[in-house]
Amino acid sequence: MASVTGAADRGLAGAGRWVRALVAAGLVAATLLAAASAAAGQTEILNVSYDPTRELYKDFNEAFTKYWQAKSGQTVTVRQSHGGAGKQARAVIDGLEADVVTLALAYDIDAIAEKAGLMPKDWQTRLPNNSCPYTSTIVFLVRKGNPKGIKDWGDLIKPDVSVITPNPKTSGGARWNILAAWGYVLKQELGDFAKLADPKYADEVARANAKAKAFVTELFRHVPVLDSGARGSTMTFVQREMGDVLLAWENEAFLAVNELGPDKLQIVVPSLSILAEPPVTVVDKVAEKHGTRAIAQAYLEYLYSAEGQAIVAKHYYRPITRESVPEEYLKRFPDLELFRIDDVFGGWQKAQKEFFDDGGIFDQIYKP
Amino acid sequence: MRLQLRQKSVLPGFGLTMGYTLFYLGLIILVPLAALFARSAGITWEKFRDTVADPRVLASFRLSLWASAAGAAVNAVFGFIVAWVLVRYTFPGKKVVDALVDLPFALPTAVSGIALTSIYAPNGWIGRMLEPLGIQVAYTSLGVMVALTFIGLPFVVRTLQPALEDLDREVEEASASLGATRFKTFRRVIFPSVLPALLTGASLAFARSLGEYGSVVFISGNMPMKTEITPLLIITKLEQYDYEGATVIAVVTLAASFVLLLGVNVLQWWSRRRAGTA
Repeated sequence: MASVTGAADRGLAGAGRWVRALVAAGLVAATLLAAASAAAGQTEILNVSYDPTRELYKDFNEAFTKYWQAKSGQTVTVRQSHGGAGKQARAVIDGLEADVVTLALAYDIDAIAEKAGLMPKDWQTRLPNNSCPYTSTIVFLVRKGNPKGIKDWGDLIKPDVSVITPNPKTSGGARWNILAAWGYVLKQELGDFAKLADPKYADEVARANAKAKAFVTELFRHVPVLDSGARGSTMTFVQREMGDVLLAWENEAFLAVNELGPDKLQIVVPSLSILAEPPVTVVDKVAEKHGTRAIAQAYLEYLYSAEGQAIVAKHYYRPITRESVPEEYLKRFPDLELFRIDDVFGGWQKAQKEFFDDGGIFDQIYKP
Repeated sequence: MRLQLRQKSVLPGFGLTMGYTLFYLGLIILVPLAALFARSAGITWEKFRDTVADPRVLASFRLSLWASAAGAAVNAVFGFIVAWVLVRYTFPGKKVVDALVDLPFALPTAVSGIALTSIYAPNGWIGRMLEPLGIQVAYTSLGVMVALTFIGLPFVVRTLQPALEDLDREVEEASASLGATRFKTFRRVIFPSVLPALLTGASLAFARSLGEYGSVVFISGNMPMKTEITPLLIITKLEQYDYEGATVIAVVTLAASFVLLLGVNVLQWWSRRRAGTA
């Protein structure tokens, strides 16, 4: 009997310990909650962006903090997250609480709207210029003096030219490269992109598309390495000295020339290229949950303001309004004919499916 | 014989530690793996078959398998020598050499990948010397093997070291005094007793290599059909938001690793028994 009561006593003592533990746990939880609600009182937003915008947003966030302080008296902290655009979009889909996203492709934000429903599907109509406060394009980076004499897309498939571009399966930038090359051939063959939409020219368009496929296939025979991202390709070209020409974002090309060697590299602007439009949007569900909707909205609108556009141009992105942007920045951007993906390929959704999804045109290039 | 679950020990706490072990393994390993399989459960058989039978995926399986196997084999030979030297001899700087072995563990994989690429690229220190010989390492499948050899080395050396330390020198002396040649002593006495450890080390290196991503993508060049490793294809599928395709490849890789590890364990059990009865 004694042992039984002993056990019961121990049980009671155990229960006492449990109660104490529960009380302690409750206290800890309450403290955490209090801390969390205090944090919510502060204003902080998270901008999930892609790799090459690191320098741009560092500058821009400082300017916005000042602007918002002056306007509303609130101190806002903008946190940044950078990475490959696809990976970043997946992080947001999987629960990274971004108040705004500023990504490389509309396709990636479409994926967020579609898979996670964090914003309406027509998000792209909510801000001016298809929600793209800045644009960029694809240019060529060559060795100083342009020893292989590369001037335009056609020169890329000359027999002794080797081309560096990332893998379009893993890099958003590489997808622009292929579409730009494809568009160049269409323009050469058709003379006018308007024919693409005109059923009268269906045969001619089909022939032009076949030519474009042959050209891009040949182009990839000249590619010795497919890095997984745009920065990787820049490194391969500049530091490993692989290849004669790098297909690069205009802003990346400027950065490479300035940071890595004005005496070793130069930019070649082709006759025609693609208009890259990196879009931005508020992540509605998250911003509403955080109560940061007004700030998030103001943050993105500030990108379109005179100050915002000047910062954008300073970091080698093409501003969408030229007024108020200092002339020294504007003159960096050479004039060239730019076509839109919507006009030539019918938008990102369609282009992604046709060109880059499994079994698409890019896969066919490498089919044995 | 009665099944004995718990051995009498002076220290209590079997229940507590065992419970903790199960919980910990479940939380850290089993739950994520179960999630992977749960995700693949909703995939149709056609999707599974089409994904796996894709020539590009098959090519990546081939590359990942042979490059990992080759890396593990190279490490089995040269890792053995390194472990032998570290156990059997004393020399100045031994501690440094010993620490050096762990470097591939400690380095971020991207750092080792970039370092290897810059050395083996056609304009790098070693690449420059190999180029006139017509050997290209970076951006070929050979480069993949080099990277996998690099990351696999510590697995072999660190598993072999304790096994070699446990070897009794008396056994070797007995073998020699019974008239065996040096080679015969090595082949019949030393080698069989460290074989299980060698197999374990090599198979750990192999399994690690199958999943290695960070250090390989820089040196491999990622050319479809030629130098794409399986983990890259998983990332590729994810980039297209093809979660199902990525899961399928992941499950196949996981199953392959599991079968191989199981096979090696059976082999080990068998060789241990043989060594015991021989």
